[in-house]
Amino acid sequence: MSAPLLETRGLVAQYGDTGALFGVDLEAREAEIVALVGANGAGKTTLLRAVCGLLPVAPDQVRFDGAAVGGAPAHRLVALGMAMVPEGRRLFPSLSIEENLTLGGWSGRRGHWTLARVYELFPVLRERRTARPTTLSGGQQQMVAIGRALMANPRLLLCDEISLGLAPVVIRDVYAALGAIAAQGTTLLIVEQDVALAQRVASRLYCLRKGRVALSGASAALGRDDIRLAYFGM
Amino acid sequence: MRPVDVIVQGVLVGGLYTLFATGLSLIFGVMRLVNLAHGDLIVLGAYMGIVTTQALGLSPFASLLVVVPAMAALGYALQRLLLNRTLGDDPLPPLLVTFGLSIVIQNALLEGFTADDRKLAIGSLATRSLALPGGIAVGWFPLIVLACAIAVIAGLQALLYRTAWGAALRATSDDPVTVRLMGVDQRHMYAMAMAVALAVCGVAGVLLACWTNVDPGAGPQRLLYGFEAVIIGGLGSLWGTLAGGLILGIAQAVGAAIDPAFQILAGHLAFLLVLLIAPRGLLPRMAA
Repeated sequence: MSAPLLETRGLVAQYGDTGALFGVDLEAREAEIVALVGANGAGKTTLLRAVCGLLPVAPDQVRFDGAAVGGAPAHRLVALGMAMVPEGRRLFPSLSIEENLTLGGWSGRRGHWTLARVYELFPVLRERRTARPTTLSGGQQQMVAIGRALMANPRLLLCDEISLGLAPVVIRDVYAALGAIAAQGTTLLIVEQDVALAQRVASRLYCLRKGRVALSGASAALGRDDIRLAYFGM
Repeated sequence: MRPVDVIVQGVLVGGLYTLFATGLSLIFGVMRLVNLAHGDLIVLGAYMGIVTTQALGLSPFASLLVVVPAMAALGYALQRLLLNRTLGDDPLPPLLVTFGLSIVIQNALLEGFTADDRKLAIGSLATRSLALPGGIAVGWFPLIVLACAIAVIAGLQALLYRTAWGAALRATSDDPVTVRLMGVDQRHMYAMAMAVALAVCGVAGVLLACWTNVDPGAGPQRLLYGFEAVIIGGLGSLWGTLAGGLILGIAQAVGAAIDPAFQILAGHLAFLLVLLIAPRGLLPRMAA
């Protein structure tokens, strides 16, 4: 078996008042979808931010494609092939939709994803390409955030709570897009509140509790009760 | 003087004020940094022009080919090595550091060039004028300055709103953390913005030295005019900055027409009046 694309070893990080990690070991292999579940404050967002270079961590604690990259600046990790759909989407309000998408390709990485391909994946964005992000619906904004990350042609795509605040029918569309993205060979590490959804989409699952991995394994092999126990600790 | 003439002369000097204000406007718009050394950097640009014309025998306009790149390089280094370290949630460190920088520049210029005032000679261009219908005479040089100001504002506007680099800069201004996830190094973007701002300071400085005498202590007043133009026009809006510069120039010209001693005060009163009526300026950047 090949080395994992992403590997964290004893990852320790702190973000804000609640999000802390106390030695998390996690891996994601090429073209795999891995889900991260856990209660609020369990450290899911902290883990994504630590992986993508927004938090200071020791070099050895994050390995990407075999290289120690922990604590490397975020903009350099993008150039190496790591992109993130941040929690709350974080679109740039003074940029048009198309400018938001184009900026995602700033690192100049070539690959499958181009503006035209992103518009193929999310046709509604082509119609709204000169609009400002604030005029879009939540689901459309999430599509922009995903498309923007894809424009970097990442090998690893980190998705933080992309279903949050969206209607069920929109969530279905967004997750269908994730399937199409994974089909291109992109590795996905997704944070998801909805455990059942995470189990359905991901091949493997990690459950975080209070900054530690409480449970991990193949999605299909994990029972509801095991997850509930790991999730709440009771 | 007749009213039309007063307005025309005010607009012309407003072009110079616009150039004072442009860099401030850009820097505040991009990184919410208030650069108290801005006026002194303009004066530094003026002295660079004076040194260049003397040492290389260039005309003042040709000296811009040296001054503008040199000021841009200085701006990049200044932001990258010093000012980036002061940025954060607390607005005080950048104020203190740029205030200190202002004193350092003034005293360094005083050491190097004495307190005597200096001027750049532009020959017959200083006195040539264009006769407009109605008996109004417009100096060619002030007209060139106004054209420069409009060109600088239009150029920056195009740079910010029509190029990928401009989009990256606006995104950095929106959200300096998320922009890093796009592969943009925000520290580099800030330094590039400061390079552009100081390049404009170089233009403003050389034209200022052609317009009037400068001395090492001339900076703070230019900072004040620049500030007033930025605030009148609305923070973060480049066309607003042009409008602000022109309004300040016109107010001063009107004041001077009433009583020469009233010139500077009239500008400040116009500034206060705008703050009273429209605290966010006349053309504030649209809320995101």
